[in-house]
Amino acid sequence: MVEEEGFQRYLAHVILWIGIAIVAFPVYLAIVASTQDNAVIANGQMSLLPGGHFLETYYQTLFVGTSGSTREPVLNMMLNSLIMALLIAVGKIAISIISAYAIVYFRFPFRMAIFWTIFITLMLPVEVRIYPTYKIVADLHLLDSYAGLSLPLIASATATLLFRQFFMTVPDELLEASRIDGAGPFRFFWDTLLPLSRTNMAALFVILFILGWNQYLWPLLITTRDDMQTIQVGIRKMITTTDALTEWPVVMATALLAMLPPVFVVVVMQKLFVRGLVETEK
Amino acid sequence: MANVTLRSVRKTYPGGFEAIKGVDVDVGDGQFCVLVGPSGCGKSTLLRMVAGLETITGGEIDIGGRVVNQVEPADRDIAMVFQNYALYPHMSVYNNMAYGLRNRGMAEAEIRTRVEEAARVLELSPMLERKPRQLSGGQRQRVAMGRAIVRQPKVFLFDEPLSNLDAKLRIAMRVEIRKLQRRLNTTSIYVTHDQLEAMTLADILVVMNGGQVEQIGNPLDIYQKPATTFVASFIGAPPMNLMPLRSDELTSQITGTEGAGIVGIRPEDFVITSEAASGGVALGLTVEAIEHVGAETFVYGSRRREEQGVAANPGELPPGEVIVRVPGTTGPAIGERIRAVAPRDKLHLFTADGRKRVGP
Repeated sequence: MVEEEGFQRYLAHVILWIGIAIVAFPVYLAIVASTQDNAVIANGQMSLLPGGHFLETYYQTLFVGTSGSTREPVLNMMLNSLIMALLIAVGKIAISIISAYAIVYFRFPFRMAIFWTIFITLMLPVEVRIYPTYKIVADLHLLDSYAGLSLPLIASATATLLFRQFFMTVPDELLEASRIDGAGPFRFFWDTLLPLSRTNMAALFVILFILGWNQYLWPLLITTRDDMQTIQVGIRKMITTTDALTEWPVVMATALLAMLPPVFVVVVMQKLFVRGLVETEK
Repeated sequence: MANVTLRSVRKTYPGGFEAIKGVDVDVGDGQFCVLVGPSGCGKSTLLRMVAGLETITGGEIDIGGRVVNQVEPADRDIAMVFQNYALYPHMSVYNNMAYGLRNRGMAEAEIRTRVEEAARVLELSPMLERKPRQLSGGQRQRVAMGRAIVRQPKVFLFDEPLSNLDAKLRIAMRVEIRKLQRRLNTTSIYVTHDQLEAMTLADILVVMNGGQVEQIGNPLDIYQKPATTFVASFIGAPPMNLMPLRSDELTSQITGTEGAGIVGIRPEDFVITSEAASGGVALGLTVEAIEHVGAETFVYGSRRREEQGVAANPGELPPGEVIVRVPGTTGPAIGERIRAVAPRDKLHLFTADGRKRVGP
C-alpha cells in the first residue's frame, strides 16, 4: 500500500464519501419516507428528515398491510419469501452436491452424456422454459404451494459444476484411504466430502439464498392467492393501485424489510466462510 | 501375520497398456519386502493391486492363504501409508487414527487404548487433538503410520512414504520404520524409487523395470550379483560402469568370457595404480571431473572413443565415461592420465543384450 500525503489522501477520502453517499442516499430516503405521513409525500412536500410515523407505519406494514383490497401483512409475505428462498438454497445445494458426487466418483453408463446434459441446461434458465414448467407445475396441482414455488428452481447446473470442480481437487488418496479404512461410498460422502465442502456450501448458500429471495417472475405466475404472495411480488402490487393513493410509507417500509434477510445472511455467513477459507486445507 | 504371494500377476489397462507383465513374488510372514525401480516401472501399481485399489487383470494375489482378487480393500486386512499421507484434513489426529476402527464397529474404549498406545510409540501423544494442518511434515508422516498401526493389520503397505520429507528426516524415519516393523513383526511391502532406502530396509528386494521383475533377492546378494545390466546400474550409487566387450584392450585382458558381451565394474572395485593387473582389467583413463563428498572421491574418467561404454537404461553414464571411487580426499588432478585396475573376481559379465548374467 502506498501512503498518500496531504491533499491526495484527502481527495481519496472525498471520492469514497461521494461513492458511499450515492449508494446510501436512496436507502436513507426510503427510511425517511417510511416514517412520513402519506399525504405529505403525495403532495410532494416530503422532508429529508425522519417524520414521526415510524412505529405506526411499521406496525401497519408488518401486521396489517395496505388499506387497499389486496391487504396482506408483510410479515406473512416475508415468511413466504423466506420459506421459498431457504427451500431453493438448501434444495439446490443438496441436489447439486449429490449429482456432482455421482458424476465425479462413480462410473456408470452415459456418465459424460449426463454431465453434458446438466451442463447444457445452463443455457435454459427459468424464463426460457417458463411455459412448459408452468404447465407441469399446474398439472401436478402445485400452484399456490411452497413446492410449486421452489421445486422448479431447485435444479442447478452452476452449483453442480462448482461442486464437481471442487471434488476434482480432492486428492484421490483421500478416497483410497477411506476405502481402506472401511468407509463405503455413503460414509466417504458424509464423513469426508461433506465436511470438506463446508466452505463451498456456505458460499453457495449466500448466493443461492439471495437468488431465491429475489425471485419475481416465477412467484408472480405461480401464486394467485394473496396469502402465498412473496415480498417481491407484494411490493409491486402495492405500488400499482387502481383508484387509491399509493401508500408510499408502507411501500418504503416493505422495501426496507425486503432488504433485511439478504443483508443478515451475508453478514452472518461472511464470518463463517472467511473462517472456513482460512482453515481449509486439503 | 501373513504371507503375501503374488502369482503371475498382470495388469492391462483398458487402452491396452500392459502395466504389469506377470509378476511372481513371495513375501514370507513378518518379512519386509521392498519394490524398487524407476518411475513408471509399475511398482506403485503393483502395490495398489495388493491393496485392492487397482483391479487385477490376471494371476492371483494371496494374503494369508486367501486369494483376495475380488475382495474389497477394507476386507483385505491391510493398512496403507500414502506418499502424501492422505490424512483427513478436517479430523483431529485422534480421529484420523480412530476412523478406520470406528467404521469396523470397535468399542470406543478399545479404540482409545489402541490410539493412545500408537501415539505413545510414535511420540504423538501431545498432539492428539490437533488437526493435520497444524503438524509438520514428519509429524503428519507419523500420524499416517499411526493410522496403519492401530488397525493391527496382517500387512502394511507403504507407497513412497518418505519422499515428501527432507533428506535428514527421511533417514531418521527410515530407521524408525524399520525398527517399528521389527517390533510389530508385521509383513510389509514398501515401494520406493530410492535405491539406498531399498537396500537399507529390505529383507527381500524386488527390482522392477517396465512392468517386470528384474531380480528378487536379499539386497546384498543383488548388489554383489546383479542378474541384468539394468539391476547392475540401478542398484548402487554411483552406478556400475558397464562396457561392451568388443575386440579391444578389454577383451584381451579378461579370460573366460564365452557368451559375454558386456562387462560391469563397480566404481569402488577400481584401484588407481601403475601395477599390472593379474587376470583383471586395467583401463587407461583421462580424468574429466572430480567430485569430493568427504569420505570418498569420485573420479570421472574417459576412455578412448572406440572403447565406449554401454548406456543401460538408468545407467546414466555417457558412453566412454568411467567412474572410479577413491577413498579419502586424495585423487588425481583433472586432465591427468590414470590407470584404473580391477581384479578378475570383481568383474560382472553379462550377455550382449544385458538380460542375463554370465558366469558366477
